[in-house]
Amino acid sequence: MTDATASGHRHRPRPDGLEGLAADWASDQRAFKSASWGKAMMWIFLLSDTFVFAIFLISYMSARSSTEAEWPNASEVFSLHVGGADLPLALIAIMTFVLISSSGTMAMAVNCAYARDRRKTAALLYATAALGALFVGMQAFEWSKLIHEGVRPWGNPFGAEQFGAAFFMITGFHGTHVSFGVLFLLIVANKVRKGAFDSGRRTWLCREKGDYEAVEIMGLYWHFVDLVWVFIFAFFYLW
Amino acid sequence: MTQASARQTAPATAHEGQAHPIRLYLVCWGFLFVLSLASYMVDYAQLQGLLRWGLILLFMALKAGLIIAVFMHMAWERLALVYAILLPPLAAIVFMGIMIAESGYTLEARETHFSAPE
Repeated sequence: MTDATASGHRHRPRPDGLEGLAADWASDQRAFKSASWGKAMMWIFLLSDTFVFAIFLISYMSARSSTEAEWPNASEVFSLHVGGADLPLALIAIMTFVLISSSGTMAMAVNCAYARDRRKTAALLYATAALGALFVGMQAFEWSKLIHEGVRPWGNPFGAEQFGAAFFMITGFHGTHVSFGVLFLLIVANKVRKGAFDSGRRTWLCREKGDYEAVEIMGLYWHFVDLVWVFIFAFFYLW
Repeated sequence: MTQASARQTAPATAHEGQAHPIRLYLVCWGFLFVLSLASYMVDYAQLQGLLRWGLILLFMALKAGLIIAVFMHMAWERLALVYAILLPPLAAIVFMGIMIAESGYTLEARETHFSAPE
């Protein structure tokens, strides 16, 4: 419950900044005053996920910088032939914009949820899910294009053999995150549309009538997926 | 402190959740678009060397910062949570540094012992 926030210290406000950090982490009390347990646990899950993706990117970096073979030029491998012209990284750029747009609609959904605007929140969540599904669809297109060109986890026609393994592992794991995110977005959107957060019935997503924090926690996960893509875009596609 | 100034714009964090003007999200969204376009242009313009890497890492850090601070509301959380989440990934950066040295050694060993004689 959020009530544990500062209940024992009503007579004096909690300090901010570094002094507040020491005070919050002092013993025999709840450390996270501004975040509910649901939110704090989502953050800790995201922290563990950060390490998973960090390990993937570091192993990709190690493979790439320890091989003697020439690494495939991402700019050429991921180019798209439109008309007669070669657009470098065209599909990846569009995917990046789609994912950022979905993050934008998600942020607006959280905003509308706290304003208790059910219809707008549900609509924005559905929009976010649709953009996420579009992203996964484009990734599936990209995978099939590369597989068609002969890219395999054990080799490819463009250069260093490790390229395929790193590509499929990293983008595959990210795509899986997006896919599960879409699934959960649809579940939360349906609940919002049906008014599950306004019914007053206590569930694992809702503590009391009008408690829309589940939407913000869903948002944390979704923004994290976008955040990971920022790093994949920089290290895998632009390197 | 940023904490103090943020507190004034968003007084109700406990019960009403994160209530910020919608304009803030739209501005953040706009910046993310511009930064993505900019990092794409780095590749399109075929910049090379230190300039390329400086710009790619700069745009990446700015985008990540905007997403974490504004979209994920980290700017309005107390330092107890901020440090618990943002400090541990520094270990990954240390690990990255170790692996840069390690892969340099592996490359050297491969070139010395496994390359076909020229």
